[in-house]
Amino acid sequence: MYNTGKVIVGIIVFIIFFTIPFWLNLGKVKALPKPELPKDETKCVEDTDYMRAYHMQLLHEWRTRKIRKMQVYYMNHEGKLYIMSLQRTCMKCHTSKEKFCDRCHQVVVTHPDCWRCHIAPEEVKK
Amino acid sequence: MNLIFSIVVVLLLILVPLIGVGVLGLTSLFSIYIPYLAFSIFFFGLIYRIIDWARSPQPFKIPTTCGQQKSLPWIKHSRLESPASSWEVYLRMFFEVFLFRSLFRNLRADFDGKRLIYGSAKWLWLGAILFHVSFLIILLRHLRFFVYPVPEWIKILDFVDSFFQIGLPPIYLTDLLILAGLTFLFLRRLIDPKVNYLTHASDYFPLLLIIGIATTGVLMRLFFKPDIYAIKELAHGLATFNPTLPKGKISLLFYIHFFLVCTLAAYFPFSKLVHMVGVFFSPTRNMANDNRMRRHVNPWDYPVKYTTYCEWQEKFRDVMEEAGIPIDEDWCKEAQKQA
Amino acid sequence: MSKLPKPDELLKDLNLHKTPSKHWMDIKPDFRPGTYCYAVEPQVMEDLGRPHLGKWQPHDEKWPLPEDWKERILKAIRDRMERYRSFRLFMDICVRCGACADKCHYFLGTGDPKNMPVLRAELIRSIIKGEFSFFGKLFGRFAGARPLTEEVIKEWYYYFYQCTECRRCSVFCPYGIDTAEVTIIMREVLHELGIAIDWAMKPVRFSHFIGNHIGLQPHTIKENIEFLLGDIAEITGLNIEVPINKKGAEILFVTPSADFFADPGIYTFMGYVLLFHHIGLDYTISTYASEGGNFGFFNSMELAKKLHAKIYEEAKRLKVKWILGGECGHMWRVWHQYHNTWFGPVDFLEVPKSPITGTVFEHAKDNKIVHICEFTADLIAHGKLKLDPSRNDHIIVTFHDSCNTSRAMGIFEEPRFILKHVCNNFVEMPENTIREKTFCCGSGSGLNTDEYMEIRMRGGFPRANAVQYVHNKYGVNTVACICAIDRAVLPTLMNYWVPGVEIAGVHELVGNALVMEGEKERTTDLRYRPLLGKEEEV
Repeated sequence: MYNTGKVIVGIIVFIIFFTIPFWLNLGKVKALPKPELPKDETKCVEDTDYMRAYHMQLLHEWRTRKIRKMQVYYMNHEGKLYIMSLQRTCMKCHTSKEKFCDRCHQVVVTHPDCWRCHIAPEEVKK
Repeated sequence: MNLIFSIVVVLLLILVPLIGVGVLGLTSLFSIYIPYLAFSIFFFGLIYRIIDWARSPQPFKIPTTCGQQKSLPWIKHSRLESPASSWEVYLRMFFEVFLFRSLFRNLRADFDGKRLIYGSAKWLWLGAILFHVSFLIILLRHLRFFVYPVPEWIKILDFVDSFFQIGLPPIYLTDLLILAGLTFLFLRRLIDPKVNYLTHASDYFPLLLIIGIATTGVLMRLFFKPDIYAIKELAHGLATFNPTLPKGKISLLFYIHFFLVCTLAAYFPFSKLVHMVGVFFSPTRNMANDNRMRRHVNPWDYPVKYTTYCEWQEKFRDVMEEAGIPIDEDWCKEAQKQA
Repeated sequence: MSKLPKPDELLKDLNLHKTPSKHWMDIKPDFRPGTYCYAVEPQVMEDLGRPHLGKWQPHDEKWPLPEDWKERILKAIRDRMERYRSFRLFMDICVRCGACADKCHYFLGTGDPKNMPVLRAELIRSIIKGEFSFFGKLFGRFAGARPLTEEVIKEWYYYFYQCTECRRCSVFCPYGIDTAEVTIIMREVLHELGIAIDWAMKPVRFSHFIGNHIGLQPHTIKENIEFLLGDIAEITGLNIEVPINKKGAEILFVTPSADFFADPGIYTFMGYVLLFHHIGLDYTISTYASEGGNFGFFNSMELAKKLHAKIYEEAKRLKVKWILGGECGHMWRVWHQYHNTWFGPVDFLEVPKSPITGTVFEHAKDNKIVHICEFTADLIAHGKLKLDPSRNDHIIVTFHDSCNTSRAMGIFEEPRFILKHVCNNFVEMPENTIREKTFCCGSGSGLNTDEYMEIRMRGGFPRANAVQYVHNKYGVNTVACICAIDRAVLPTLMNYWVPGVEIAGVHELVGNALVMEGEKERTTDLRYRPLLGKEEEV
């Protein structure tokens, strides 16, 4: 026999499964939130493309060098020196965790563990 | 020969986005048009295949019974292996589809001197389940790129999968497992002479293609990191039918990954990969062993001509009379009247 | 006929892990005597109104195929794809994982890679890709596709008649792909050109025109039965009658015709008769519907339906309440999985109810046919049989599950239950060779012909090997079974591989053990072999 009913149910299940992203997005915000960039600074420690993709690696390197090797300065590709510090260097321009870090991280779902030790500037103010 | 052919095809497929995006700069073709085309082929192709199968009826109820039938009340019947009711069939299908129960039975036959012996051989099951389950989890995990806001369950899935904090960002467990599974399935085709002998290029090809996809994915996660915010913008745009090219620069490695995925999607409905849907249709598994309890109707059944009793009796009348076997005149008169 | 090598030599060169250097598409079948069945005689096909190729034999260099053979074959394949979801699906979803490869008894006995179920199906799958699919034509061998040639037809003949439709591979296939289904359909496709084997077709003609496979005419059946009743009288001292074509009997009993006439099936028949007499059953056998088995099933579905339609006409004519079926393998596959679809709704019969125990056979309520083992197991469970299992003490029994009753019906416990009550020495063969994993006798599905002996002995080897094991270990000297083809072919197989092991139907052992009212003291079993401790008296 044909089992038409079951086949139709099967097709519907397949369609629903295939279009999960569509359903989960339905009625939600169209535009992704954008991180708030510093207004008066255009250059980061390294160039933007590198920072967007590899910032976690840079921060990781800073942590290791500073804590394990007691170094203080990082020299970027242009020879400029920076103090290796999340709170004193990064957060000097990117002043808000919420408006900068979180916006991206929530969008792409990554789990940075910076804030296990560091305290976000917003928290300090409170 | 088959293997070389498949390797060449996969390499060519890798070259396509390398040239297309890297040299010719056809970004929108590779990030919007080809994906939409490929997934349309996947979507409509698969529905077409389902309907195509459904157009042919299943004329007979032919379950493969792997356990005791339901008969006398005091005999324990095997609900899973010889299902007699619908929910038992559903249970059997669940075990079949999600746990590969039949494959779990696998044996290996071999000679021990002059004796044939049968050993348990669950490696194939293990490789298959590693590959398929990992693939499913990876697929669901990828929803984080297509959906915003990301539902909690995807976040949890992602977090659990990266539980072992090795690497930065941490490596996914399923990435390792899928590569292990794929490697096993691939090596098996090379090393086992029987399996090697029956393997077509069309068996190597999807394996290599998926190995390519997984490898490029792992490379992006661990070594050559792309701008994932930009990727999310692209993916989210595609999923909401509002495709936009992100401003951030996306690496070539991503385009290779994405193009291989598109190839897989487009190839899917025309290949053996349709077993994903086909397994649900398998009449030896999805039918109940209740043939004598519930009649199965064959839509194209037709009457056949057979030797009727009266024709037969006419032929043997003499010998029957001689042997004292009763002759039935009434039945034949009745039959004649009806005819 | 070719000379069969000695058992020691037959499998000398067998290596399950070595494959030919040539691609399988480049290897032609070798029609070596002993490895193929003879082609059907044209007259047989003529009589049944089927197409045929005239006089020819498979080993002929050029087969007399009709001019339009290709179109006819392709049309037949397309037609089967439209009518059988199973076939269409099985052609599409195989991933060639190889789980089935070493599950086939023919592969284990020949080492021929085309006997791996996956490649057997690939023989037709490649044609469907090569003839119907655009991509298949484009990529050819890379996609596993090839064109249809006359060589392919020969190959089909060779390998689809080297599959006994036992379904062992389908137990292990992750998608449940059933090679039996493929073989059944491919034999049908070959039939469209008139290609068939003689051994499987002659019984069809007999059964169609005369009523049973061996062509026993009504009076011969009666004589044979009377002869067996004479033996029963001699052994038990009882004069029993068997009702023939009795109108108004409660139950119509149908069994494979070999039980009327061929050793050792006749002993099983004697067992039935003793049982029915013991419980005073109101039954009849029929000389019109005198065949439970169905060789039509080994040729085409239409022929199968043709042969068994008689059973229902006879049940109607005799006004019985329900039908009881004897011990047979493929007969029960057809009865269980096909009858209800072909001949239903069976509203002229009643839901089977045992007149002795009152048990209603709910599981057969729609089709109204009951297996004799179900019937007897119920009797024993209710304590309705007086049994003396020590009368089977001269034998040590193991049970061979027949392919069809195992994997297309699931009757495992009933015969074992009976055996445990009628004999004291029952042992199982190794677990991977019994129940749903049982091995074929190597000669099923119409291949039990003498010209095919080499392949039969090779295909039966895994079964024989398991028997050998319990023979050496426990001294097993009898294999009990519930299949007429087993009874016909296992003696030959055992004689070749494990001499000293006999084959018996389960109900033969029941007949031995039944303590009949008014019988004299038995000194022999139904085969005139002395009972244990009675050697002197005989």
